[in-house]
Amino acid sequence: MRETEILVIGGGPAGLSAALEAASLGAEVTLLDSDLKLGGQLIKQTHKFFGSKEEHAGTRGLLIADLLFRELEDYKSQGKIKVLSNCTATGYYKEDGVVSYVVGEDEYVRIRPRKIVMATGAQERLIPFHNNDLPGVYGAGAIQTLMNVYGVTPGQRVLMVGAGNIGLIVSYQLMQAGVEIVAILEALSKIGGYWVHAAKVRRMGVPILLNHTIKEALGTDVVTGAVIQEVDSKFQPVGDPQRVDCDVICLAVGLTPTCEMLWQAGCEMKFVPQLCGYVAKRDSLMRTSHPDIWVAGDAAGIEEASSAMVEGRVAGLAAAAALNYGTPEVLKERSTMYHKRLSDLRAGEVGEKIREGLCQVCCECWGA
Amino acid sequence: MNLIEKHPILEFQRGRKVQFFFDGQEMEGFEGEPIAAALHANGVRIYRVTPEMKRPRGFFCAIGKCSSCFMVVDGVPNVRTCVTALTEGMRVETQTGKGLVPPVGA
Repeated sequence: MRETEILVIGGGPAGLSAALEAASLGAEVTLLDSDLKLGGQLIKQTHKFFGSKEEHAGTRGLLIADLLFRELEDYKSQGKIKVLSNCTATGYYKEDGVVSYVVGEDEYVRIRPRKIVMATGAQERLIPFHNNDLPGVYGAGAIQTLMNVYGVTPGQRVLMVGAGNIGLIVSYQLMQAGVEIVAILEALSKIGGYWVHAAKVRRMGVPILLNHTIKEALGTDVVTGAVIQEVDSKFQPVGDPQRVDCDVICLAVGLTPTCEMLWQAGCEMKFVPQLCGYVAKRDSLMRTSHPDIWVAGDAAGIEEASSAMVEGRVAGLAAAAALNYGTPEVLKERSTMYHKRLSDLRAGEVGEKIREGLCQVCCECWGA
Repeated sequence: MNLIEKHPILEFQRGRKVQFFFDGQEMEGFEGEPIAAALHANGVRIYRVTPEMKRPRGFFCAIGKCSSCFMVVDGVPNVRTCVTALTEGMRVETQTGKGLVPPVGA
């Protein structure tokens, strides 16, 4: 059986940051990621990030990933971080704290970590409509992977469902890839995402249809169109349904935290609508009710990549500290800095929902 | 091929060109990219047919979680083609139903 001091599950922005932080204090880290390429959603983001200098504001997401990868190379060459890509965590065994994972599709391996940071990210939500399983109905993250990581055109004409930040950003990214956006549908009466993203797609002439939803995907083997419907504030149909031609229907209707491993480990969980699903209760250093398990990023509640990176730093710091790495002064100094950055990112009107969600699951500490 | 040739921001670093087979038909893809991406670039959108309702399924989540893109790869069923890398000469087949596990030693 393999052994490691700190196992970080998930190599997206949160997991990468957790691994780097823990290694910076001297801990030995194994970073497990199920994808062929590290970086999670970060490597698919062509837009420039917000926040402050510390969060690399003004830098495109994929270039922020490059900065993290460069930092990672140093620790890899020193043997402080071992990266296991294309390895999917499959289970946590409570009786001995062992984690199992599968390499690719066939080789099962067990690893015994002393501490774990769960940075498993999120998964796409699906909404019910007729034919929603037809090939051509794709998740927004999947479309980003196809076009921004592998350079494959997802289709010719895309109907976007959802005008939150993801729906708006992915629409813009599709246009960068030369794909036409038929329309962006939003069932609510207002745009959920930032105005700056909405303005970019509107300037390119894409209609954002508020109070509209998808009723049906058309096509026998693959998507050839869709039926859309105007709705009122109670989501009841208004007027006649309309038919649109498209070969892809992109669902950007929200994400939900990936939390199976946290359930398996017996962490105290709570359903928090503002964080988009079940999440682990945690203390201010991201430790769950399980004394050896920390959580960070979208797995701890759907937010965005900048705060995921800071949360990852906090979790990595705390997991390393639990193994007696770092001096109390360093820990205090860094945790104060990270908490300040998190509260800056979550300040104001845009952070209100997150703040409401977090106050339902954060406790000061779990007691001695 | 449905490939993005010109992009205002991204430069794609693709692996070397390799041949593979989809239901016996020879196709071209890039080594190391997910099988599902290579198929999509070749215009293939149906990856399997469900066991009971016989519904076509294709690409969906691209992170190995949803099971929509399960296919038979080199004789092995239920391969997550969105997170499995394409290799030279790979034989990829549409999966019908649950797929048959190959006999031991095959």
